[in-house]
Amino acid sequence: MPLGGVIFLAVFIALFGALLIVLARAAGGGLKTGTGVKFDPYECGIPGQEKRDTKISVKFYLTAILFILFDIEIIFMYPWAITFRDFIFSGQGLVVGIAMLVFLLIFIFGLFWEIKSKALEWD
Amino acid sequence: MGQDIFEIVVNGLKLIVIFLLMVQAVPILVWVERRGSAFIQNRLGPNRVGPLGLLQLLADAVKFLTKEDMLPNQAVRFLFYAAPVTALIPGVIAYCAIPLGTPISIEAFEMFGRSWGPYVFPMQGFDIGVGIVFVLGVSSLAAYTILMAGWGSGNKFSLMGALRASAQMISYELALGLSIVGIIMLYGTFNLTEMINAQQGALTYSAFGHQLAIPALPNWGLFYQPLGFILFFAATFAEANRLPFDLAEGEAELVAGFHTEYGGFKMLMFFIGEYAHMMIACGLVVTFFFGGYLVPYMTPEQVQSWVATWASSPNAVSAWTSVIHLLSYFVKFAFFMWFFIWVRWTLPRFRYDQLMDLGWKTMLPWALANTILTALVVYFAHTIK
Repeated sequence: MPLGGVIFLAVFIALFGALLIVLARAAGGGLKTGTGVKFDPYECGIPGQEKRDTKISVKFYLTAILFILFDIEIIFMYPWAITFRDFIFSGQGLVVGIAMLVFLLIFIFGLFWEIKSKALEWD
Repeated sequence: MGQDIFEIVVNGLKLIVIFLLMVQAVPILVWVERRGSAFIQNRLGPNRVGPLGLLQLLADAVKFLTKEDMLPNQAVRFLFYAAPVTALIPGVIAYCAIPLGTPISIEAFEMFGRSWGPYVFPMQGFDIGVGIVFVLGVSSLAAYTILMAGWGSGNKFSLMGALRASAQMISYELALGLSIVGIIMLYGTFNLTEMINAQQGALTYSAFGHQLAIPALPNWGLFYQPLGFILFFAATFAEANRLPFDLAEGEAELVAGFHTEYGGFKMLMFFIGEYAHMMIACGLVVTFFFGGYLVPYMTPEQVQSWVATWASSPNAVSAWTSVIHLLSYFVKFAFFMWFFIWVRWTLPRFRYDQLMDLGWKTMLPWALANTILTALVVYFAHTIK
């Protein structure tokens, strides 16, 4: 049963990592010195100004949405790929192949449209 | 994990051993990387601590341990500490699904007054039927740990680095996933062990009702899917955040990306996670395109019958066969690990828009073309006689 192994390993690694961090904390002796400035977020020589919620390009969200669309389409190809040869041997290869070709044409059209509408341009 | 207590214990120990081996391999790889980069750049590299500088990493580990442990002001405490720990998990779990050798079979034996049935232990962490889907799915969870680190640090450099890294990883995930559709089509399976077994013997193309055997070459996936290999290997560089695609850490612009605020052991854990991703990449490349653990020109049965000429018991035959295959795997694996390091010190870094263009506008269409071409070839090769 692989699931038991996966859970066991995940828990083991988490415990191992947590142990190492605790160990490093104990060996490093925690904090040695500290004035207020030391704990400021890293900045290159000037006082830090922006908070964490700094403005982020909307392109990242767009990329993520497009990724989900395309990734689902690609995952859809996997079951087809695995059975394609069996369908060829049983004489139904043409039907299954053309069905996937139509799907791929939609995929290609989507990609082409996305490039055309400049959704993938970074400036 | 198994039927009885012996099997459960052995399988559990196997998982822990693979994990510790991966952790242990990292110092060696870091040493290879530093020495290798030094020789590529005509320097000496670390050569003071121990023979050839081999103990340098031990010294580094001690230094990491004694580093001061600090939490920045704006950091989210839980995420900041959890991110390095969880960064290890996806890489190791995915690697455990890759087969490393032929299974070891142990005959029935007597112990503690009862008989223990015959066992077969596969040389991999867990034998999963849908190996490819599992490995790709689990290893892409690493994007979450990167985002955790970036958000948890409370620093805009970290956040920008994390966003760039995750955007890059998901973009190349497409090319990565699509480039192996061809190889799935050829082998007709998701299972990595079955895929390796399909690559036995000499190269034999069977098409149009004929068979063309080329005995000088092994029957590796590389000779069926050369374009798929190039696309897959290039995409894994981006997945592992390695040069030339390490935009997440572009130190000229982002200090160090998502681990700007990290230091000491927490930093080391991100390192181990990154190397684990390289190991998955190399393991998958070897499995898909280079015959996995198979010894070139020899089937596992031939190796086994050769071992049987000098090994004594059936258990020993099985174990030695497995060890020989393990060595064969590690030779191929080590070559690709070296390839990662070699590329790192040879190619310069991309610009971010070039990186995204390469992923979406070049590699994705080529991977699509590869899929369509493979489908057409498979179809016509099997129908036209």
